Order: sequence, then C-alpha cells, then structure tokens
Amino acid sequence: MYHLTINGQKHKVDAPDDMPLLWVLRDLLSLTGTKYSCGIGECGSCTVHIDGEAALSCITPISSIGNSKITTIEGLTSDKPHPLEKAWIAEQVTQCGYCQPGQIMAAAALLAENPEPTDEDIDNAMSGNLCRCGTYQRIRRAIHLAATYYADDKLSEKDNV
Amino acid sequence: MSKINRRDFFKLSLGIGSGLVIGFNLQSCNTHTTNENKLDNAFKPNAWLKISTDNTITITVAESEMGQGIMTSLPMLIAEELDADWSSIQVERAPVDPAFGYQVTGGSTSVRNAWQPLREAGSAARSMLISAAALNWKIPEAQCLTELGYITNKLNDKKLSYGELAEAAAQLDIPQTSILKDPEDFKIIGKSTPLLNAPDMIKGRTIFGCDVSLPGMLIATITHCPFFSGKLISFDSNDAKKISGVESIFQIDNSIVIVGNHYWAVKKAQDLLKINWQNKTHNELTSERIFQMQNTAMQNPADIIHERGDIDKALSSAEKIITATYQSPFQAHATMEPMNCVAHVHDDICEVWAPTQSPDRAKETASDVLYSKTEKLTEKVKQKLGAEPSNNIHIHTTFLGGGFGRRLQQDYVAEAVKISKITGKPIKLIWSREEDIQHDYYRPATSHKLEAGLNKAGKPVAWKHLVVGSSKGKSTGGAANSAYAIDHFSLQYIQQEHPIPTGPWRSVGDSHNGFILESFIDELANAASEDPYEYRAQLLTNAPRHKAVLDKAAEKSAWGKPLPEGHFQGIALHNCYGSYVAQVAEISVNKLGKVKVHRVVCVIDCGMVINPDTIKAQMEGGIVFGLTACLKSAITIKNGRVAQSNLNNFQLLKMHEMPIIETHIISSNEAPGGVGEPPVPPIAAAVTNAVYAATGKRIRKLPIQSDELI
Repeated sequence: MYHLTINGQKHKVDAPDDMPLLWVLRDLLSLTGTKYSCGIGECGSCTVHIDGEAALSCITPISSIGNSKITTIEGLTSDKPHPLEKAWIAEQVTQCGYCQPGQIMAAAALLAENPEPTDEDIDNAMSGNLCRCGTYQRIRRAIHLAATYYADDKLSEKDNV
Repeated sequence: MSKINRRDFFKLSLGIGSGLVIGFNLQSCNTHTTNENKLDNAFKPNAWLKISTDNTITITVAESEMGQGIMTSLPMLIAEELDADWSSIQVERAPVDPAFGYQVTGGSTSVRNAWQPLREAGSAARSMLISAAALNWKIPEAQCLTELGYITNKLNDKKLSYGELAEAAAQLDIPQTSILKDPEDFKIIGKSTPLLNAPDMIKGRTIFGCDVSLPGMLIATITHCPFFSGKLISFDSNDAKKISGVESIFQIDNSIVIVGNHYWAVKKAQDLLKINWQNKTHNELTSERIFQMQNTAMQNPADIIHERGDIDKALSSAEKIITATYQSPFQAHATMEPMNCVAHVHDDICEVWAPTQSPDRAKETASDVLYSKTEKLTEKVKQKLGAEPSNNIHIHTTFLGGGFGRRLQQDYVAEAVKISKITGKPIKLIWSREEDIQHDYYRPATSHKLEAGLNKAGKPVAWKHLVVGSSKGKSTGGAANSAYAIDHFSLQYIQQEHPIPTGPWRSVGDSHNGFILESFIDELANAASEDPYEYRAQLLTNAPRHKAVLDKAAEKSAWGKPLPEGHFQGIALHNCYGSYVAQVAEISVNKLGKVKVHRVVCVIDCGMVINPDTIKAQMEGGIVFGLTACLKSAITIKNGRVAQSNLNNFQLLKMHEMPIIETHIISSNEAPGGVGEPPVPPIAAAVTNAVYAATGKRIRKLPIQSDELI
C-alpha cells in the first residue's frame, strides 16, 4: 500500500511496486489529464511534477516516489487561472490537445526554475515534449508570454504588500 | 446579399420550452445521392441549430475534432448569418444515428461541405426570429435589426433577445428562401476566433478515447502478428497469467489479447508472452527489396492516368532531355494518442466510444463483428417491408488525439467489440505505442521516373511521370495537379503488389507527389540555368492563383536578396484540396551534413477565409508534419516486419528543430478550400531545393541522409 500526495490530496493506493505513476494516476485514481503516448520516456505526454520538478510519469515507478509531492495538470491551477493557461489561450496553442497537458507541465517546471527563459532555454527544456500537430512555435511564444504574466503577478503581489 | 432557394430544413420539436430547433442535412446538399438516399435524407437532418429560451445557441456538428479546429469553424458559419453573440455559442458532437447522414472526416472537406448549408441554416433561423419579433411588435419585418443575439425595433429601439423569441419563432414556417450576407458584411467569418474547446484541453479535461471510463470496465491490450502475412501458430501464457491483475488471455484472429484490471498489468503480461509466429511467406521482405521490385516493374506496361498532347513525339523532338528517379518511403501516422477504443456489448446492444474519423464506418465495423451476412440481409429485408431499423449499435465519438488519416480505419473498433463480446464486460482496448507504429496503414512507398523535354529556351515542352506503387489513387494522387504550361504531359502508373497495408496519410498522394513535382521542376530550372522562382513564374501565366501565392512567397521571403552567411533558400508550390500553397524554406547545412531549417515563409490561398488563426495553425502543423518526413523519419521493412517500434526510432520533429514559420493568407471570395492537408506537399521540396542551392546535391529520396551531404 502506497500513500501518495497528489495535488495536495492524500491517496492510499494498492499497486505493484513497478507500476509507473502514469498508470496509477490514470487507471487507479481516474486522473486522466496525464497522457500515455510512448511508455518509454521519449515523448513527454505523461509529464507531471514531482516536488516541483518535471518528471516522466510513464517511467517513474510508484515505489520510487516516497514522500514526494506530485502535481498533475488537474492540480496546476488553483483558484485563479494559471499564467500558462492564459498564455496558452492567448497564443491559441492547442490543436488536437493530446500532448498539451504534458507540454504545460514541462513549461511550468521551466518557468519555476527560470522565470525569463531565452529561446535556447525553451528548446533545451521542451525538446523532450513531442507534438505531432506541430504546435511548437506557439508553445515557444506562449512560454515567453507566460513569463511576462508571472512577472506582472509578482509586481502586483509587491503592490499589494 | 445573395438570395437562394432554401434547401431542406426541418423544424424539430423537442417539447415545449426547448426553443427553436432547426435540423438540416449537410450531405444531401453537397453530394450526388442516389434516389434511394435522397428519399432517405429528405426527412433526416444530420446537424441542427438550437436556440434555447436561456439565449444559448447550440450547434450540433457531425465532424470529428482532431486538431483542425472544426468545432469552432463550423459554428462560426452559422453564428455569422444568425447575427449571434459568439459567447452564447455552444457546440455538441452529433451522435451516430440512422437519422443522421454518413459521418466521415477526412480529405480537408469539413468546411468545404458545410460552407453553404450552415450559413443557410443560420439565415433561416434569423428570418424566423425576425418574423416572430415583427408579429410581436406588429411592425413590418424591415423595421427589425439583428445584432449580437438581439432584435431591435428600429422605430423605438426596444429589444428582444433571441431566447425570448425562440418559442414564438418555433411556431412559424421555415422561410422558402435564404438570404446570405455579402462577404464584406461578415463580422465573424474571416476574424480569428479562439477555439471553443481549448480551455478544457489545457486543463486536461478533454475526454479522448483513452480517457473514457465505464463502471466495471476492464483494460485490454493486444499483440498483433508482427510479420506481414505471418500467422500465429501457438503461444505460452503461463508466465503472463501470473501477473497480478490479469484476468484473461486469449486469441482473436491472428492476435493475442490480454485483459486485466489496469494497463500496467496487461502490458507486463504482454511482454511475458512466449509466441510462436509463422513467418514463411515474406521473411526476406525489406524496403530495399520493395524499391527494387518497383524499379524492375518500371519495364512493365503502364496505365495512363492523365495525358495531353503527344508525349512521345514531344520528347523525341525536344532540344534537351532531363531524367531523374525518385523514391518515397512508407510513413506512419504516429498520432500522439495510440489506437484505442472502449466497447460494451450487452443485452443485444453494442456501445462504442471511439476516437474515430468515421463514426459510421465504426458502426459498420461493429455490425460486421456482431452479425452474420444472413442476419444483416434479414434486417435489410425487414426494413424494406416497413420495420423500424433496429438501432442497437451506438457509437460515441470522443475527441481524437490526432488523426491524419489513421483514424479513417476502424481496426481497433473491430477488436474492442470482439473483446467485449468474448468477455461480456465493458472493456477499454489500448494499443501499446509499439503496436501502433508496427500496425499502421502506412503511406505507400512509391518509385517515380521523370522525363522532361526542354526547348531551346530551356522551357519544358514535355513532362512524363511514371509512378510505381501498391495503390493507384494513393500513389498517383496530386501528380497531375501541376499547373505549369507544358503542352505534352503524361502521368502513368504501374501496380506492384506487396503485403504492407497502406492508407491515406495527411495529404495522401499529394504528400509525395508535391515533393517530386516541385523537385523535378527545380531540376529543370537548374538545367536551364534559370532562377527557380522566375522559371516557375514564367510557366504559370495561365494559373493566376498559383502564381499569386508563388509571387507573394518570393516577396515575403525576400527571395534572391542577401541572406545570413551559410543560409540558402528553396521554393516550392502545390495545389490540392481546393487550396494553393507556396513555401520558401531558408536552411543551412553544417559540416556533418545536418540540415537546419531556420525559417519557412508560407503563403496560402484557400479562397474564403473562415478562421484565419486556424489556417495559420494548420500551416504550421502541416509544415512540421512534412518536415518530420523530410528530415527525420520513415518506416522501413526488415525481415518481413516494420523495423521501427516507438518514438525513439520513429522520431518526430522536436522543439529545437522547429523553424520560424511565417504564414500569409491571400483572401478571396472563391469557395473555401481545405487547410489541413495543403501545407504538407510543398515543404520537403522547399527544403531539398534549398539543400541543392547550398550543396549542389539533389535529394531524390527522403528523409535526407546527412552522410550524403558531406
């Protein structure tokens, strides 16, 4: 029996040790926002955060998680729209939409670590997230835009203080 | 304004309080139907528009959404003529029902088919709302203005909302004629409109096929015979059965199915199966062998697909002859969502949830699985005698995690229905990525021989193109689409059979023929020592739409002007699916022979523009799709099976390889063309023509091999 903290909620899960987090989320906990596509850590569709860092849930066995905190696309947004969501809408990134939760989770981890990424930083952080519809140009723009939203949010937080 | 006789609309009664519901049929207006079908369709709407008393406007769409933005573009057409408030628009996926037409989404047809009837439906509803308002206010209809979901009385500025008028309008007759707006009066069509389904997608709330869940549902996965024309002889599932969570393992057809509580259990069990496959017939089969066979077959007599002038005479009297052979490989669709389907066969009912491009084909497939020919014949006879059709197969179409033609096939639906029938349980079948890559319906591999005769001025007077492939339409498609003024032309085809299953792949035959035509014309320009853009432009004197996109691409890319050190340009042009696309690629080649695409300027003329931002998104997507085939991946056959197995060896273009794509749209009042497929065909030629400019090496096989450029 494993005790997981996912999106701030505690879950008790009966799963085999080698079961990847992806299938724990999808098949045991019905959190289907995280997607299966390659199963070998090649495409990034299954990206979640483990203790705030981007992780490929399709190759992360449940036994390796310990007390780490997991965030999925369902838990990225709290009460107000996330800067990345706003940017993704502003740039009209989505096409089929299947890889986008993974893209957004990877982008969120990047911005948390690097609030003003260059194109090269984005290339490095996002090259593990594939999109067959070819939305890369818009993802790049949306990340730059989200970075400005984050900065604005921080400014307004300062103003409020 | 244009006035046209109304087509078949139907007022639907969904009970008191439901507002105004107008049903209409998208297909009967656009396809030539047999008399029998016509009769059928005459009373059967396949789409509807509902104006509710709470002011929401719901539009039911019988097209599959797979990233092409159709669930936004189609409602835009209705909302425009209705003068609706866009924020009140909701869209629903139509169910598959005998009352609805045949549903299939492919060939960049959605907007092209819906363009006229959807606007007419919006216009009809608007007329009825105006009539209802005029009756209410006892004023002439001409005194009523419509705007943003309200009707205003011009005499006193009083307003009534569409919702308030919906019930009264529902009592009126549908007008006999539709009055459509002049394009210059459009307020919604032609304006970039945010996708209605984007907010759910980015929150991970969109339900794709593999996200469907039913009470008591089990998960299944499948191992198909990896060898083409191979056979399952026997299998040992003793170890596989020991995996906790596995419920059953059994054979269907030539495959082995594992059913269990979750995907991880069935996947682990799948990997533990010991399988004895028979692979006698084609175990020596390789891609090289297929291309060799195609090459040998070039000596065989050919079918003439398209011909004008006297090709043999023109070639024999030409000043100069240029020949070249090209090869185009198999390609996989590799949708990000692997093939999957949920099925529940119970109590003489079959329910299917599928990410499919054709719900109707899915239904036929399920029917083929469940009923014998005799049963289907009996059912037909019963219906002829007046019985109600037995409606016990229900298809629910989910969102599609990519389609590109793969989901026109229904193999995964047949399997899911079989598995549910055998187990008696609701099941979700998920193919592993490995199965998805190895059991596609591939873009066919083709070989091409081109021969052109040039006159003294270096201009082509004769063009002969021989295609060898395994399916005529998919192999030769688009090869006659060249608009260059060449008097003597011949497109010929030779069939060469092989056991690899093939199917339509984004832009189908145009995908490789666009590359070949636009590479070979570049060869001719080079043979004539002319600028590739000028050479093309001179041959397009009778093709104004082709020439316009070409000219604009040259202008916007600053064709021929100085470029950064080591950068080179290539140009290409193609028309298909009712649209015209020209692209200029700017590339560099490094010392290791690696090609980097820096920038692509893309110009499209797709006639009337519906949602400009969607068009741009499709250009970007189509270019990326084409670049993957140009720079990265192909399917190859080795030892009678597909050599690639996952996204590590069938690689897709990645973020760091993404060029800057700049799209320009030439708008016109011509009927709308497609936008999903047209950006794919020119891109590989634009890139390889630039590679020629950079290295003097002509690429005649894709993907580009770096070692050939050193």
